[in-house]
Amino acid sequence: MTTAGWIFMVCSISFVVLLLAFCFKKVLSKPSTAGHLHAPLDIDTHDRGT
Amino acid sequence: MTKPKEAWGSRIGIILAVAGSAVGLGNFLRFPGTAAGNGGGAFMIPYFCALLFLGIPICWAEWTMGKHGGQFGFNSCPAIFGLLGRNKVWRYLGVLGLIIPIVIYMYYVLIESWCVGYAFLYLTQGVELGSEPAQFAQKCKEFFNGFVGANQDGLMLDGKIHISVLVWVTVFSLNFILIYRGVSKGIERVCTLAMPMMAICAFIVLIRVLTLGTPDPAKPDLNVLNGLGFMWNPKPVDGGGSWVEALARPKVWMAAAGQIFFSLSVGFGVIINYASYLKRKDDVVLSGLTASATNEFFEVCLGGLITIPAAFVFLGIAGATATGTFDLGFKTLPIVFQYMGQPWGRIVGFAFFFMLFLAAITSSLSMLQPAIAFLEEALNIGRKASVALLGLVTGMGSLFVIYFSKDLKALFFLDSTIGDITIVILAAVQTVLFSWVFGVKRAVKIAHEGAEMHLPRFFPFVIKYVTPTYLLLMLGLWCYTDLGKYVNQIRTDNVIAATFGLVIVVTVFLLVLIAIGGRRWQAETKDFA
Repeated sequence: MTTAGWIFMVCSISFVVLLLAFCFKKVLSKPSTAGHLHAPLDIDTHDRGT
Repeated sequence: MTKPKEAWGSRIGIILAVAGSAVGLGNFLRFPGTAAGNGGGAFMIPYFCALLFLGIPICWAEWTMGKHGGQFGFNSCPAIFGLLGRNKVWRYLGVLGLIIPIVIYMYYVLIESWCVGYAFLYLTQGVELGSEPAQFAQKCKEFFNGFVGANQDGLMLDGKIHISVLVWVTVFSLNFILIYRGVSKGIERVCTLAMPMMAICAFIVLIRVLTLGTPDPAKPDLNVLNGLGFMWNPKPVDGGGSWVEALARPKVWMAAAGQIFFSLSVGFGVIINYASYLKRKDDVVLSGLTASATNEFFEVCLGGLITIPAAFVFLGIAGATATGTFDLGFKTLPIVFQYMGQPWGRIVGFAFFFMLFLAAITSSLSMLQPAIAFLEEALNIGRKASVALLGLVTGMGSLFVIYFSKDLKALFFLDSTIGDITIVILAAVQTVLFSWVFGVKRAVKIAHEGAEMHLPRFFPFVIKYVTPTYLLLMLGLWCYTDLGKYVNQIRTDNVIAATFGLVIVVTVFLLVLIAIGGRRWQAETKDFA
């Protein structure tokens, strides 16, 4: 394993891990997202245009 | 139409479902081989460029188009394309968003069943390779060929009971039972369970691989660090020049773009369908980015550290350069597990193939839902009828692939037809529709409704100019290098010609259904205009 190999590996993995951590932190920090259940009456009556 | 509308149960549910669709065999088997063969660590530069300028922008476009279509009660690609393009040509182009998942499912479910079969074998007895290391490679190849019937056409359907066919029937049925349960109770529930389990299995295998050290003291060079080096050290391509020169090769950039496409499941017609079950005020920007990041974690952080280093440690450069996804997974890694000894070989072997099965089933379920939604919409039929009809079509297609098993010719042809070119065509169609026909300003406005983060400022420019150019270059390069070979294959090989015929027949069938459903969709679109 060369120094350049270490650099590519560490940078690639760090980038992905940081991106993942950033995304999940934002997703989980919103109160509406943890258990964001849709309304029970999710019935599409298609009557919006009438 | 007053039937209950399908919807996701939670935000995390759809993120894991999209990520589950994206994480598949390619993350663990295709990515490491492609990276190691295209510059090693240097490959990550074009790879991340393709992710940022191609993969994620198209992902956002698909999420946005799907959410917008869903507001009008549409869940299938043809209906959504027709809505966005306001022209029946776009509706018919939407057939690509159906043919891709349907055809992939026909052979993917077969590979999924091999993963289950191998996992079961490792749980019970292991793959028997004998005690003579010199014979391992030959025995492993013979075992795989016997298991999948690669020695002769029709071997798996000769009237005898074959374990691999039994497993295929089980896995095929399981997929349809789960998909019948619907978006929330079926897909979402499976993905919410399968994704963490997949991560656990991957970490078990990863820990074992990274703690292998130097298994054979007589061969000190074959150690984990050098295995990681084989994967991550930047190196020239095809043995010439430096690794910097590798970055000047179009082939490397195309390989990176192809890997991103295949890996993120963009251009599959799946994300559009999944996003169509969102509400108007649901976020798509952060959700899309999170699903992509989850896929990248499995690919770069797990896939990039497991397969190639493990193969290198026991088999050296020859083993680590195994060509193709199947060779690495089914012909090389069983030898690695054999070298690990007992009980680790069987434990890691089971964990690895079970992980592949979980990756595969979350993907195969996603391939069924777009077609089920389409059949419901086009024929105005219920879920039971659409599941039965799709089961019939995909079952016949899958049996076709099982019958023409010699050298897995039918399977490889379908894989190259869809994986190499059709997904790029669909992505190009989507990008033009999204940014040029529908209008990128309008699309960005829709994407921002309920968004928890804004699209980057460069997104409109990238999706309008950079992404289509990149895609057209990919198409042009494929036509220049592969089109002739592709046509020649169809003209000279009867099995390939029959397989191509299968794709054409399914496409025509779907086009007829689009024509049937089109009139009603057009009326509904006008109502909501």
